[in-house]
Amino acid sequence: MAKKSDIQLVKSDGTRLDGRSPTDLRPLKITAGVLKQANGSALVEWGRNKVLAAVYGPRECFPKMLTNPYRAAINARYLMAPFSGNEEHSRSGPNRRSQEISKVIQHVFENLVLTEQFPKTMIDICIEVLQSDGGTRIAAVTAASVALADAGIPMRDLACGVGVGKASGQLLADLDKGEDNFGESDIPTVISPRTGELLLYQMDGMLTREEISRGFDLATEACMKVHAKQVEALKKKYDTVLEEAGSNGE
Amino acid sequence: MITDEIKETMIRDLAKQGKREDGRGLTDYREIRVHKNYLPNAEGSAMVEIGNTKVAAGVKFDVVKPYSDRPDEGTLTVNAELCCLAHQEFKPGPPSVDSIELARVVDRGIRSAECVNVKEFLLEPEKALGLYIDLYVLDHCGNLIDAAALAALAALKGARVPRYEDGKLIRDEGTQLKLAHEVTTCSFEKIAGNLVLDAVNAEEVASMGRLTWAVCEGDFACAAQKSGRASFSKDELLNMLDVAFEKGAFLRSKV
Repeated sequence: MAKKSDIQLVKSDGTRLDGRSPTDLRPLKITAGVLKQANGSALVEWGRNKVLAAVYGPRECFPKMLTNPYRAAINARYLMAPFSGNEEHSRSGPNRRSQEISKVIQHVFENLVLTEQFPKTMIDICIEVLQSDGGTRIAAVTAASVALADAGIPMRDLACGVGVGKASGQLLADLDKGEDNFGESDIPTVISPRTGELLLYQMDGMLTREEISRGFDLATEACMKVHAKQVEALKKKYDTVLEEAGSNGE
Repeated sequence: MITDEIKETMIRDLAKQGKREDGRGLTDYREIRVHKNYLPNAEGSAMVEIGNTKVAAGVKFDVVKPYSDRPDEGTLTVNAELCCLAHQEFKPGPPSVDSIELARVVDRGIRSAECVNVKEFLLEPEKALGLYIDLYVLDHCGNLIDAAALAALAALKGARVPRYEDGKLIRDEGTQLKLAHEVTTCSFEKIAGNLVLDAVNAEEVASMGRLTWAVCEGDFACAAQKSGRASFSKDELLNMLDVAFEKGAFLRSKV
């Protein structure tokens, strides 16, 4: 692998290798209700990421020992398909990375879902990364959030995520795989747009306090764009429901 | 543990007033003791006690095949064991999510600050040194991340790189491992809206969530991890970072 500093990820005119400005997101498409069996589902296509999320529940708690008499248990499972990367075939099933990511994704929804309304039950959030292109955990949270709303599960807010970071000395929103791998720093951030507070925050790389502060603002701004797309996707689903209802009525 | 759970309301009420059960300030550490070179059979080792929490770290080198995407580098692996003797809820079996998170947060700090230059670990084509840091939690009395990160730093700081000769490692000879940076972590628990540094078990039970900052000298943040269902504002994030910078110098002085 080349040295980090060898690769120029931001051109002299301030644009990135794919032509985006530092604050631009990659093309983002969110579709709600893409799976028939699940209670709620969503597909997020973000750059070359393709991430599916499905929600089952509230349903009986399994395993039983996770039953909480006061609230629903949330179980999030983030998995990457063995063919999802452009490297060699990877093993299917959970690994250390995916288990850690599942854990922090679960925390996001333990905060947002009104779990106290469904004691003794479990809400399963299943996430499959079919194709990865940097920022998959963020795409996963974005998809899971829409899937939960699609399942009609009451939440305080929609979780909106973006991966900000630093590459070629510049703070950038929505890092792609190259910027993540060859850049200096990566900060997956999930924000609750209603309160502006952090629901997921991870970081690596070397950053100053000032960069952390600006990174937060950059993430907030980008998350609002993601939020708009999520709302649009949810509304769109009901457009088609209305159309179907209308045609059946005639 | 039930004795920690029944304290929940009391801990929250105290935290609301900015107080703690053991009388510490919200950003005070318990007493820290670092025993360097605690297990001299290992290439590097340390035992760290923060209050009653005990974590041992061992550093070992082996000859490994480099990763295919980094053929000219050695490897760095961090593993954490939540030993059954450390807490009644620690059970044998495959690594729990908590132990994976512990290892990965410590790993992320060391890796992103590039503390260890793994490029110097290449021995010959297809052969490199693999550096293993094993974190053994021996007594879990709260704040495992900071104790484990400090143990890892102390173990790395005194570690020797074995001499490589005729395809073999000579472990009792070698050179001092060079560390480019010294990384320390500060973990804060959010209890009743207040941020509490270096929590004990009962405080961890009462907490809604945790945020860990890994920092190094020169006031750089090198890793962060939010865990638990709490949310954090921008001001809280930056205030914790300021404390982490300040405590970083204090923690580095202990190793």
